[in-house]
Amino acid sequence: MKRIFFLDDSGPPFGHMVLALGGYLGGFDGNFLWNRIGAEYSSNVPVWSLRLLPALAGALSVPMAYQIVLELHFSHCAAVGAALLMLIENALITQSRLMLLEAVLIFFNLLAVLSYLKFFNCQKQSPFSLSWWFWLTLTGVACSCAVGVKYMGVFTYMLMLVVAAVHAWHLIGDQTLSNVRVFCHLLARAVALLVIPAVLYLLFFYIHLTVLFRSGPHDQIMSSAFQASLEGGLARITQGQPLEVAFGSQVTLRSVFGKPVPCWLHSHQNTYPMIYENGRGSSHQQQVTCYPFKDVNNWWIVKDPRRHQLVVSSPPRPVRHGDMVQLVHGMTARSLNTHDVAAPMSPHSQEVSCYVDYNISMPAQNLWRLEIVNRRSDTEVWKTILSEVRFVHVNTSAVLKLSGAHLPDWGFRQLEIVGEKLSRGYHDSTVWNVEEHRYGTSQEQREREWELNSPVQVDASRNLSFMARFSELQWRMLVLRSDDSEHKYSSSPLEWVTLDTNIAYWLHPRTSAQIHLLGNIVIWVSGSLALAIYMLLFLWYLLRRRRNVHDLPQDAWLCWVLAGSLCAGGWAVNYLPFFLMEKTLFLYHYLPALTFQILLLPVVLQHISDHLCRSQLQRSVFSALVVAWYSSACHVSNTLRPLTYGDKSLSPEELKALRWKDSWDILIRKH
Amino acid sequence: MLCASGRLLAAQAATTLPAPPQAPGPALHCRRRELHFPGYPELPSCDPLAGRLVRQSVPLGRRAIRRRGKMPPATGGGLAESELRPRRGRCGPQASRAAGRDVAARAAARNPKGPAWGSRRFETASRWALLALVTLLSFATRFHRLDEPPHICWDETHFGKMGSYYINRTFFFDVHPPLGKMLIGLAGYLSGYDGTFLFQKPGDKYEHHSYMGMRGLCAFLGSWLVPFAYLTVLDLSKSLSAALLTAALLTFDTGCLTLSQYILLDPILMFFIMAAMLSMVKYNSCADRPFSALWWFWLSLTGVSLAGALGVKFVGLFIILQVGLNTIADLWYLFGDLSLSLVTVGKHVTARVLCLIVLPLALYTATFAVHFMVLSKSGPGDGFFSSAFQARLSGNNLHNASIPEHLAYGSEITVKNLQMAIGYLHSHRHLYPEGIGARQQQVTTYLHKDYNNLWIIKKHNTNSDPLDPSFPVEFVRHGDIIRLEHKETSRNLHSHYHEAPLTRKHYQVTGYGINGTGDSNDFWRIEVVNRKFGNRIKVLRSRIRLIHLVTGCVLGSSGKVLPRWGWEQLEVTCTPYLKETLNSLWNVEDHINPKLPNISLNVLQPSFPEILLESHMVMIWGNNGLKPKDNEFTSKPWHWPINYQGLRFSGVNDTDFRVYLLGNPVVWWLNLLSIVLYLLSGSIIAVAMQRGTRVPAEVAGLSQVLLRGGGQVLLGWMLHYFPFFLMGRVLYFHHYFPAMLFSSMLTGILWDTLLRLCAWGLASWPLARGIHVVGILSLLLGTAYSFYLFHPLAYGMVGPLAQDPQSPMAGLRWLDSWEF
Repeated sequence: MKRIFFLDDSGPPFGHMVLALGGYLGGFDGNFLWNRIGAEYSSNVPVWSLRLLPALAGALSVPMAYQIVLELHFSHCAAVGAALLMLIENALITQSRLMLLEAVLIFFNLLAVLSYLKFFNCQKQSPFSLSWWFWLTLTGVACSCAVGVKYMGVFTYMLMLVVAAVHAWHLIGDQTLSNVRVFCHLLARAVALLVIPAVLYLLFFYIHLTVLFRSGPHDQIMSSAFQASLEGGLARITQGQPLEVAFGSQVTLRSVFGKPVPCWLHSHQNTYPMIYENGRGSSHQQQVTCYPFKDVNNWWIVKDPRRHQLVVSSPPRPVRHGDMVQLVHGMTARSLNTHDVAAPMSPHSQEVSCYVDYNISMPAQNLWRLEIVNRRSDTEVWKTILSEVRFVHVNTSAVLKLSGAHLPDWGFRQLEIVGEKLSRGYHDSTVWNVEEHRYGTSQEQREREWELNSPVQVDASRNLSFMARFSELQWRMLVLRSDDSEHKYSSSPLEWVTLDTNIAYWLHPRTSAQIHLLGNIVIWVSGSLALAIYMLLFLWYLLRRRRNVHDLPQDAWLCWVLAGSLCAGGWAVNYLPFFLMEKTLFLYHYLPALTFQILLLPVVLQHISDHLCRSQLQRSVFSALVVAWYSSACHVSNTLRPLTYGDKSLSPEELKALRWKDSWDILIRKH
Repeated sequence: MLCASGRLLAAQAATTLPAPPQAPGPALHCRRRELHFPGYPELPSCDPLAGRLVRQSVPLGRRAIRRRGKMPPATGGGLAESELRPRRGRCGPQASRAAGRDVAARAAARNPKGPAWGSRRFETASRWALLALVTLLSFATRFHRLDEPPHICWDETHFGKMGSYYINRTFFFDVHPPLGKMLIGLAGYLSGYDGTFLFQKPGDKYEHHSYMGMRGLCAFLGSWLVPFAYLTVLDLSKSLSAALLTAALLTFDTGCLTLSQYILLDPILMFFIMAAMLSMVKYNSCADRPFSALWWFWLSLTGVSLAGALGVKFVGLFIILQVGLNTIADLWYLFGDLSLSLVTVGKHVTARVLCLIVLPLALYTATFAVHFMVLSKSGPGDGFFSSAFQARLSGNNLHNASIPEHLAYGSEITVKNLQMAIGYLHSHRHLYPEGIGARQQQVTTYLHKDYNNLWIIKKHNTNSDPLDPSFPVEFVRHGDIIRLEHKETSRNLHSHYHEAPLTRKHYQVTGYGINGTGDSNDFWRIEVVNRKFGNRIKVLRSRIRLIHLVTGCVLGSSGKVLPRWGWEQLEVTCTPYLKETLNSLWNVEDHINPKLPNISLNVLQPSFPEILLESHMVMIWGNNGLKPKDNEFTSKPWHWPINYQGLRFSGVNDTDFRVYLLGNPVVWWLNLLSIVLYLLSGSIIAVAMQRGTRVPAEVAGLSQVLLRGGGQVLLGWMLHYFPFFLMGRVLYFHHYFPAMLFSSMLTGILWDTLLRLCAWGLASWPLARGIHVVGILSLLLGTAYSFYLFHPLAYGMVGPLAQDPQSPMAGLRWLDSWEF
């Protein structure tokens, strides 16, 4: 919105862009802090236009449900039924009225299903016609949009791919088609369902990264290179640094790992305590830590061990992979050292210190071999920001590593640095990169200190390619985890099916008008029931068919299978994966699965009435039951309306009456 | 074909073996077969060699036309008849039909004691000799230098220790089911190990303790992997060369070898997995004679092996899944066979339910029963289990204990969390460090029994000593407001609006006050779950909640481990979310009150199903708890098939005796290549078949082998590999080995089939047949040579590390990530 870079772990950028687009069209200037639930929107926020797109998506889902049931070759009655159920489902209404992404996700999910069905029906009549191409492409586009809104969309995408693959497999088996024609069919599907979504997905990120070119609150998580490509922030400093690190360069070294916090290699005057709390001794030398803030003590000078000067010669002699270096701390002029003394917090590793040359019994072991991890050749030059390097100690072959432990008070709670003796392969915590860099020019310690305190001068700029930025951003999004796993309204997947939980979204500051995410319980329960009935009937038919008893005519059976695989399958892929997830889950995660269940309901009802009710009488009784059931669903929806819209203040008694389940958490004001 | 070389070997073997009585046995045998299958009037020559002799005169394209691509199996003649019995099963009607088609007319005219008989004996003998050779080689490699190194290697420290626990009968807790460790313990017991060695850390010398029994068991079971794989592949592909290739891959794999040589669960697990796979394949090939004795035998053996696999490690679930899928497919096929009545199908289903579900479950439960029976003494695992569970361990203070039944004011109690492995409410004389909430005394939970777990229950409003004999006993009731005073430090359990040290959204719980005098933040309401007001609170059985009066939060433990300042005990918080979880429920365990009469606790002893359930819950919890920490090197599943990094079993420096678990890279990379090739060729064949391409019968047979046999093995590989990507626990390289077995079998089947296809494709070329022989031979020799190169990894190496040009392993460090 303000073009500030941000990172969100719930989904890729497309959904947020949709919201922002609505706001932009409505003239929102982005100057509102979204910090508190229930805060009044100030006058400059076009709430209406921000909420317009989700609401629009939610509204369009209703006719799409109608279309889908129709395309599944079920009757208009069933289709109207599906649409009606979507219409009176309170949870969907609530979710689409607010500035939330689920409604958009559901819209694209349904669009993907609908366009695939249209395409599938075209396939029989006129393959390669215009509408055939249109619907096929639309399927791919809708899928990638769904994935772009939230990663949950992947599940629907997978379902569509599987269904398409099964149909393609039948196509391969169709021997009336020529080989060339089959190949064309497969190619068209591959392009539309694999290539187009991938391209679109990349496009979303491209827009995201071009629009958000300023640095923002989430910078620290990304690598130096990524940060350097954002305007403001680090880029202001790093622009124009010399690229190649030479002997005599002054650098800051940032840990690539960045956990628990991003930090820089640091040292200061204080020494390790003689004796630790648990009785072990230390070398009593100058501490080396990792410090999460920028500081003049983060500067190190790369020194050639064979020479005594700390300035860059002219021309600069670049440092290459495999070179021996000493790292001299800029402010104290001591060099980085490690030796066979147990580290303070991780006793299995070596202590790293800055070597103090007086009153000490140990020799200096301050030679490090530079290993560039992402080198292309063995003589690669050490580059600022781009090179990821490891420092291997020459005497003990220990590797400089961020252990992640916090030092106690004597170490000012900074992070511990150790020498890892057994370098068991590659790990990010042993890898460092140069973030700030300049050529050192002055020989004297005093001048050098002054130099280190002055800002870095600037002379060129560099940019990361889009693909590199994309892959890094994508990777960070996938691995980023929020650690707080408890919330007042968090719930477990098992509670969703029976609607044992709710989420309070908003409470009026004075009256007891409130908005809850609370579903229409009749629909939820009967949806689950319909699913169970479908599964049982399906199994029964399947077994009977295997014994050559055909209860259903062939085309009715195919219809029944297709409807089930899309609706029941859609429910399953959108619901079951949550059991494997470890993040905090909320009721709204169930809504995409619920829409598929709602689609299944009228399908099952119509099937029962068409195929299982044998006499006219049974059929009319059944229709009457269905009508009664629909009216009860409408009634429930109407009763819960105050909680859905939050437009009416209810008395505590009325609220209590609405609390049908003990587990529902409805807010009642105490007077 | 390779059989030729095998035959030579067999010939040698045959000369040394006592010749079996020729005439009566086979003759009888054949007659019986004739009677058995009257539909085949020709003499049922089950002789592949006869087939081969004849086949040479038949046009190449028509060679070996057989249904299901079966090679005719060997029967009759050869070694002792009784040994052959299990193998005869494959000589069903198809086999005889298959062999028969070409041969029938001529063979019928032939004297049964003619040259065909001699060659038949050859053939059979060669098969047996090959099997014996494979087995022998496998045993030889596994047992070679088994006693080295004479110190603890890697996880021997755990499993050897657990074996000792069985011998000493002390109770312990482990995340794996007990069968594997029980077998280790048994082997140790039988070989005279007395359970006194401590197994403290890797590198400790065994000295005079007898460890060879335990290692011997593992090596023995590990050695059977190779013959099992050989027989499985033989059955799936009906090709000796494929089976031989597989056996060579496994024999010469340094990884399998290393893993089989130490006291670990993996050789035992893999033994059962392969046994299950083999017997499943065998009973599948008996499918044409259902309900025969042989069929029952293999079916129930499958069940037994499944129970064994699951009883060693939960990884056994994957092979159960595979057998389950195979069974479902099998039943689906039978169900669709309209010639079978529903009753027959029902019998099939029942047989499978009995053998594959009931039998394994019973055996699995039995292993637990033995486990609990053997381990009757209290040991290091007590604290992980509930109070009731501990009551059955002798030596535990709850065993045969008698304590007052109802909680009264003035009682000294320990309070245990109901969530598994959280432990007792604990406090000690250490303060929360600066910056973490208020600087007051820490309250934690602690898994072990300790005096600091004792609390005194007091009334909130008086500080008088309720144990004063002048006061009447007053019981604590549901809903009472109480104060809990820590006995050792006399501080009250306290909570306030400060954030908890780790779970920021909860409140901090501390010990506060001096000698029991605190403030109103020390008051807690005690509530029994599902109880009305007024009732007393029972020791052990009441599930209680402690609700903080001022803030309304519930005392609970988050289960997170505190940093070093908290002695790595678990965090205790007061959670404002009133959701009912086990973390916020407690029970009273120890209870000391001199004024109350003691009652015996024996009524508490849980029933066996309860114990079983509880121990499973604890195991699952333990498995989930093995989370990798940040900044730790962990092995990732994608490392495994590429053999990216091994595991150090023993030794680090150049002076140590080093053993390094690493797959033979030649074998592993060949396996990797084969999987890719298989997917490629498999999909080409599948598409071609779906398009209805007409192919010659020989190719059809070979592609059947590739799709069916290879498919089963591929499924096994996938089931044993991909689930690891979803696991959150710490993973190690050796988790891949069950999958590696399947992948080696796939390699065997794939290369044999591909080479045969090549040979068929180039049939016009005179040397076409040679391609197959040369191909298989070069693969065999290559594997053997690579084993010669890499064998020090498994058998141990001393001297400089591989970077050093003087090292015996110089030049063999092909990847930088290998560390030997």
